[in-house]
Amino acid sequence: MPKVVISGNSCQRFTGGKSELEVAATTFRRLVLELEQRYPGLGRQVEEGMAVAIDGEIYQDAYSAELRPDSEIVLIPKIGGG
Amino acid sequence: MNYVGSDLRVVGTRPVRPDGVDKVTGRAMFGADMVLPGMLWGKVKRSPHAHARIVSIDASKALALPGVRAIVTAADLPDIPSEEAFVGEGPMNFRDLSRNCMARDKVLYEGHAVAAVAAGSQAICDAALELIDVTYEVLPYVIDVDAAMADDAPVLHEDLYTANVEPKPTKPSNIAKRVYFNKGNVAEGFKQAEIIVEGHYTTEPVHQAYIEPHACLCSYGADGQCTVYSSSQGHFMVRSYVAKLLGIEISNIRATPAEIGGGFGGKTLVYLEPLALVLSKKCGRPVKMQMTREEVFRASGPTSGAVMDVKIGARKDGTIVAAQHVLKYQAGAFPGSPIQPGCMCGFAMYDLPNVEVTGYDVVSNRPKVAAYRAPGAPIASFAVECAMDDLARKLGMDPIELREKNGARNGTKTHYGPTHQNIGYLATLEAAKNSAHWKSPLKPGQGRGIATGFWFNIGGESSAAVHVAEDGTVVAVSGSPDIGGSRASIGMMVAETLQVAADKVRTIVADTASIGFTHVTGGSRVTFATGMAATMAAEKVVEQLKQRAAMIWDITPDAVDWRDGAAHPAGTNAGAFEPLSLAEIALKAARTGGPVTSEVSVNAQGAGPGFGAHICDVEVDKETGQVTIVRYTAVQDVGRAIHPSYVEGQIQGGAVQGIGWALNEEYIYDKNGKMDNPGFLDYRCPVASDLPMIEAIMVEIPNPRHPFGARGVGEVPIVPPMAAVGNAIRDAIGLRMESLPMSPPKVRKALDVANGDD
Amino acid sequence: MSKHHVTTQINGEPVEFLCETQQTMLDTLRDVLGLTGSKEGCASGDCGACTIIVDGKIVCSCLMLGVEAEGSSITTIEGIAQGDHLHPVQQKFLEHAALQCGFCTPGFIVAAKALLDENPNPTETEARYWLAGNLCRCTGYDKIIRAVMDAAAEMRGEAVR
Repeated sequence: MPKVVISGNSCQRFTGGKSELEVAATTFRRLVLELEQRYPGLGRQVEEGMAVAIDGEIYQDAYSAELRPDSEIVLIPKIGGG
Repeated sequence: MNYVGSDLRVVGTRPVRPDGVDKVTGRAMFGADMVLPGMLWGKVKRSPHAHARIVSIDASKALALPGVRAIVTAADLPDIPSEEAFVGEGPMNFRDLSRNCMARDKVLYEGHAVAAVAAGSQAICDAALELIDVTYEVLPYVIDVDAAMADDAPVLHEDLYTANVEPKPTKPSNIAKRVYFNKGNVAEGFKQAEIIVEGHYTTEPVHQAYIEPHACLCSYGADGQCTVYSSSQGHFMVRSYVAKLLGIEISNIRATPAEIGGGFGGKTLVYLEPLALVLSKKCGRPVKMQMTREEVFRASGPTSGAVMDVKIGARKDGTIVAAQHVLKYQAGAFPGSPIQPGCMCGFAMYDLPNVEVTGYDVVSNRPKVAAYRAPGAPIASFAVECAMDDLARKLGMDPIELREKNGARNGTKTHYGPTHQNIGYLATLEAAKNSAHWKSPLKPGQGRGIATGFWFNIGGESSAAVHVAEDGTVVAVSGSPDIGGSRASIGMMVAETLQVAADKVRTIVADTASIGFTHVTGGSRVTFATGMAATMAAEKVVEQLKQRAAMIWDITPDAVDWRDGAAHPAGTNAGAFEPLSLAEIALKAARTGGPVTSEVSVNAQGAGPGFGAHICDVEVDKETGQVTIVRYTAVQDVGRAIHPSYVEGQIQGGAVQGIGWALNEEYIYDKNGKMDNPGFLDYRCPVASDLPMIEAIMVEIPNPRHPFGARGVGEVPIVPPMAAVGNAIRDAIGLRMESLPMSPPKVRKALDVANGDD
Repeated sequence: MSKHHVTTQINGEPVEFLCETQQTMLDTLRDVLGLTGSKEGCASGDCGACTIIVDGKIVCSCLMLGVEAEGSSITTIEGIAQGDHLHPVQQKFLEHAALQCGFCTPGFIVAAKALLDENPNPTETEARYWLAGNLCRCTGYDKIIRAVMDAAAEMRGEAVR
């Protein structure tokens, strides 16, 4: 099962402080649905406010981003730019 | 397809940009250059107070003025509920954006719009504004970030409670949120440190200072269909935002991108377009609006000022064991400073075991902050890179060596979580170390500083189309407004894919009805994402051309190769056919199936980050405190330079904005919270006589996710300069400047204090 | 308020127009004459985006009134090229990629042409100080100065670059 790390503190209020979770998901979309089920509100927060870094590569707004069991999966705040 | 290892004939060369002649002859149409029949002028009435309740607005006398056709206030805009919606650049609360465009109930900064008027001439507008009577209840204001965080500070928003703190606060605050990143254990880490450096750094708000003020021409039709012509970094963003703010269906809005005279992040949102549309709706005529330079300073988002505390600990051999940073950023009147990226970027260049970064997003009575080139990162890096310089001195280590020793490389786990892959930080340090600049001796009295920086770069949604005309020439269509020469790069990537000369492809930027959705021109994304879409469209066109050739020759498509801009039979078995050029195939397009064309939309992922290393030499005039930049070199990992001149241009331009930020630029406020220097005379940007040539050294570590290996380049170069200049001053006069800008009075004061003359 | 009738010469052609008392030459060019190549960056003479040549001298058209054009000979960006034949300064700006957004470019080209008309062999420092009244936010001035120096060399008949 892929291990997901939530970086920063913007999701603490949903997870009660937990920042490392094991989630049965092979895509980012599945991950969001699982998180929403486990911690109501967290799925939306992640989908709207976070990007996912999979083995160091950052994916934003990508339902189909693949999560492999051995991938490093880190949720980081979304990035904009100027 | 990936062309990273291939021999390229167009990519990497320097053709003249397709829009160049229009721009050197004055023919190019910018935001304020468009006219429409029946057009009226629009202007905005702005608050003279930094913080006040709007008691009443009486526009009756203004409406009676001959030539005045419409007046609008917040009452003419929908009162939208608070909503986080992620359209355009990052999170955007549309209620806040609406209230920023037009104040409702309260004005939150000097310059905040309270009403707008449409009239037959600018002079009548000015007269009408004078006749609009606004009654204010003036409130105490706060600007400085520490003052805004104090318990007794005047509160801007009664419904703003600090997010991400436990226990949940019961009192409203000006602290919109607290941000926190942690890796390892800094307390334990500092225990192992044999050398510790600390610093308290402050920066002032600075403006993007694009030379072209905001401008637009909008028309609201009687049937609800709208046209918007405006200078922006994203006409799709303009369309989305005005739709959201005014409650219009998106398909009823057609937004056309004007040429844009600079943005740097400051034009990734709207100010005038919603007002011009509402005015147009009221009077049934097109309305043109443009900001004066004063309005740009007083009422459009600069970037944050900040207060920071940084602490770094290392062993005597230079291994950094702990790093800690507390950052407080001004958000302006509404929440949304770039505190998150600021917290992530400061230490992103380093491989550190124990890091703790805490950040605060703080509102105060200033214009709402807008994005500015690598938002948040230059401020954070100023503190970190100055501290690194202090650390190198304390250790007796060369500053490049210190950074090499602790530098991020492939496999480094960042303090904000992800592991770096395919990065070029060490390569930029190596190039800096080997540069002619670094090896050259300093003259007596001169000082040298080095600093490094990081930016993520983004991908996102882009659309592009490639059309083959009946004579075989090609039109490439991009959805990205061209601020820095991107039309040239996009055309070059299409030409390379088709294997034709660069001047056989003409690139245009299309309006929102003529090309698929495209995210803003910002975040260093256009060459990466729109380039990717354009390349993919060109590849589809090549497939079509092969199919058409197959039909012409009456063979199967897999027996056709595309080479040198023509179809060739793939081997002797296919048949002894003469190659078919684009022109010859295009001639038969109808008979072989129809127009040869392709449009591709992507949500590009995998935009690789960029690193920069800047070297700066200065001379300090000890009498006046003036700092002169005598030599400047900017090294950057650019992935692959599609059009090297425009990549160099981004590096040089970003570096010079950073130099201005370092030495002179700042918002100066008087004792009533009003900006004292809203003009280019006293808001002092660098001019040609301030600077030497800026040497740009490009290192190419290809980004495997882009067909040609490109990385975003536009934002990284503004990240290192402030510390590079600060470290050079430190080297020249032996004093650490801890507050930006390092302007002559402040340098002079630091010298006086050091000499005991203060 | 009645308008003023002005007779002048712009880009080699006789021109007549009506303007208001307080209308600047910049606003007159842009809004009355449709010559939008000169740009408003600040309307206070600090950025040079509105640079024109009046009787041989460069002027910020935002600091001049429309009525002051009476009897003068004026050159704007629209008059720098001769038909489709670009001035060397314009050509070199293109070759050196001395523009990114292009907004300050008209002002720079007019100012640079005036420099080379007066001093065909400026040093880099002289060029930088002459152009210090033209703000650019995109390029950092490096490629602009190179383009101007290269145009000067070409106009002197020397080898390019």
